[in-house]
Amino acid sequence: MDFDLTGEQQLLNDTARRWASDAYPALEQVVAARALPLGFHEARWRELADLGLLALPFAEDDGGIGGGPVETMLVMEALGATLAPVPYLPFIIQGAAALRLAGSAQQRAAHIPAIAAGEMRIALAHHERQARWNLDDVATTAIRVGDGYRIDGTKGLVAAGDAATHVIVSARTSGERRDADGVTLFLVPTDAPGIRISARAAQDGSRLADITFADVVVAGSDVIGQIDGATPVLAQIADITIAALCAEAVGAMEALHGLTLEYLKTRSQFGVAIGSFQTLQHKAVDMFIALEQARSMTLFAAMMADSEDATERGLALSAVKVQVNRSARLVGQNAVQLHGGIGMTMEYIGAHHFRRLAAIEQTLGDTAHHLRRVAEAGGLVAAGLVDDE
Amino acid sequence: MDLRFTPEENAFRTEVRAFFRTEIPVAIRAKVSEGRKLAREDYITSQRILNAKGWAVPHWPHEHGGQDWSAVQRYIFFEELMQAAVPLPLQFNCFMVGPVIAAFGNDAQKARFLARAANLDDWWCQGFSEPGAGSDLASLTTRAVRDGDHYIVNGQKTWTTLGQYADWMFTLVRTDPAAKKQAGISFLLIDMKSPGVTVRPIITIDGRHEVNEVFLDGVRVPVENLVGKENKGWDYAKFLLANERSGIARIGMSKERIARIKALAKVTPAGAGTMWDDLDFRTRLAAVEIELKALEITQMRVVAAQAGRDATRPDPASSILKIKGSELQQATTELLAELAGPEALRAEADDVPFVWSDTVLATYFNMRKVSIYGGSNEVQRNVIAKSILGL
Repeated sequence: MDFDLTGEQQLLNDTARRWASDAYPALEQVVAARALPLGFHEARWRELADLGLLALPFAEDDGGIGGGPVETMLVMEALGATLAPVPYLPFIIQGAAALRLAGSAQQRAAHIPAIAAGEMRIALAHHERQARWNLDDVATTAIRVGDGYRIDGTKGLVAAGDAATHVIVSARTSGERRDADGVTLFLVPTDAPGIRISARAAQDGSRLADITFADVVVAGSDVIGQIDGATPVLAQIADITIAALCAEAVGAMEALHGLTLEYLKTRSQFGVAIGSFQTLQHKAVDMFIALEQARSMTLFAAMMADSEDATERGLALSAVKVQVNRSARLVGQNAVQLHGGIGMTMEYIGAHHFRRLAAIEQTLGDTAHHLRRVAEAGGLVAAGLVDDE
Repeated sequence: MDLRFTPEENAFRTEVRAFFRTEIPVAIRAKVSEGRKLAREDYITSQRILNAKGWAVPHWPHEHGGQDWSAVQRYIFFEELMQAAVPLPLQFNCFMVGPVIAAFGNDAQKARFLARAANLDDWWCQGFSEPGAGSDLASLTTRAVRDGDHYIVNGQKTWTTLGQYADWMFTLVRTDPAAKKQAGISFLLIDMKSPGVTVRPIITIDGRHEVNEVFLDGVRVPVENLVGKENKGWDYAKFLLANERSGIARIGMSKERIARIKALAKVTPAGAGTMWDDLDFRTRLAAVEIELKALEITQMRVVAAQAGRDATRPDPASSILKIKGSELQQATTELLAELAGPEALRAEADDVPFVWSDTVLATYFNMRKVSIYGGSNEVQRNVIAKSILGL
């Protein structure tokens, strides 16, 4: 048991933190980048490529750096702490995951170097409106045509979908809409005929796209992983993405708690700093506890995210998401409350952290969904009586 | 970073787990698990089995019977002990007065008291709190006045846990009333058989006799029973309280109670099935388990920080352990009472066979103490606000 970062991890942490705070020192830079056509600044994306961060999660044999969940956690915390509007999570963690986990050697060799260089940007087009949190619920179809497939359907909530050069789309190649089997993944360029992308700003200021596939033809060689066998890969991608999201949330909570403390120490009312009031102090302490509990569970997520045991991994990540969601809500709401009116305004960076935390809560399973999953699985502790042993 | 235990640590876990489950009588462990009252002899039997193995005081310095275990091993040991429902070695002996005497006592005191404390040959109780000194402990007024080779002690102590069994009491007494609050306090050891010591029971809301008030009327205490220097007692008390807090999350105990709730839920009728079929109940249980898992990792972070090179700097996370650990202990007792439903109303009776639900409300009542003792949770929040958040 060792919670210390290795020398390399420490270096990575320093690099990511320094880059993020240099690139996005204040809300002004964040807002300016979001207003760009792609929703982010391409020069910043190239900087991440130059720093090697875009190559981080990929195997060294594939042209990557071979970082694991701990390395991802460090980068995501840094991005979360600064609200850095770069699509690292949608492209590098979530989008490219299917290629990394299920792609053939040939596919990995063809695409990973381009991803690491920042030239190829893959998003995951999986969610559909009716699916809610059910990862198996896929109505989009892929019908065999000659050597290839023809894809029809609509995907929603594709993060940074309008900035993607490619998507990995899930489509049903057999079975009924909610069957666990019968889903297949395809790599498709976003400029393929029949693809229509409609994007808009989301509640947290990021960009989300709905993507319609109408008679989109793909080659058989663009299938990623097993035909009819994508569900376990999609579950693993969800778990990896939850782990990264939770790390981002910890970064955001850390920043928000820091901002709140600063405000409590400097804001004066009734002739004193408001941080001298015990009621407000105790709220700040509860925020601190919630943050540290979320940090602990994010470490647990990093430990479990690459576990081969899908049941154990899914249970762990559900437990993590429950804790992080609850902490995010407590920290976010109290930060707004302790700031008073200023916490309600778009001029204030803390309010943007609150919005992002609320969005994270609603992404890939809310508290009720994951809590129910843990309960249905029987919880985390094994049953037992002392005198039954 | 690697959050897994090493093969050596896992082997150690297996070894201690097997020992607890084979060597400590199941009748004693069942009483702990079932929330039944332990007899004085139960504490003594259990602690002497541990001590014979060298495990009653593994955290003490090696020359006084401690084991040279790592912080991780110590953590594993006490977690497994609690999960096996083994009574904790008597806190007052093993976590309070023992470490203080080992650190600040003279050689004669070490020779006289330490081995006997480890073996529970002497039963110690704590004389800190007073009727007028609770959270504000330093306002204590029990006086010790020097008279030749003795101190004459007058005052009253309270909340003295298991004082009815005690041979000795370690106390904080005021030796310099002119000095500022914390500065005039000394750490004095009092023989409970001394003339002028009166122990009176306090019956708590669970209907049990666990705590007492202790009256000290002109008690003559030999000067040799002063620990360390006169008027330096507050420093030793702070050292003691830091020791007390380190294991205060009691995660193993909460885990043991959750394991028990699950086993009982599977045999507790509800509707056409059992309470285990009630997904609402399981969801409330799962919510507590998740917080407990988070706290377990927070505790491991604290342990790892102790084990690391920078052992002098306390991890800020350590202050969370008391608040969250006590809240979760209490939450598990609420779930246990919920599981029992109307049967929770029954109380234990001498002439009726025991049923598990006979103690659940008593346990619920009793565990309200954990957010009060050891520095109330509100005082803990004040401490965090000041020392960590800088407010």
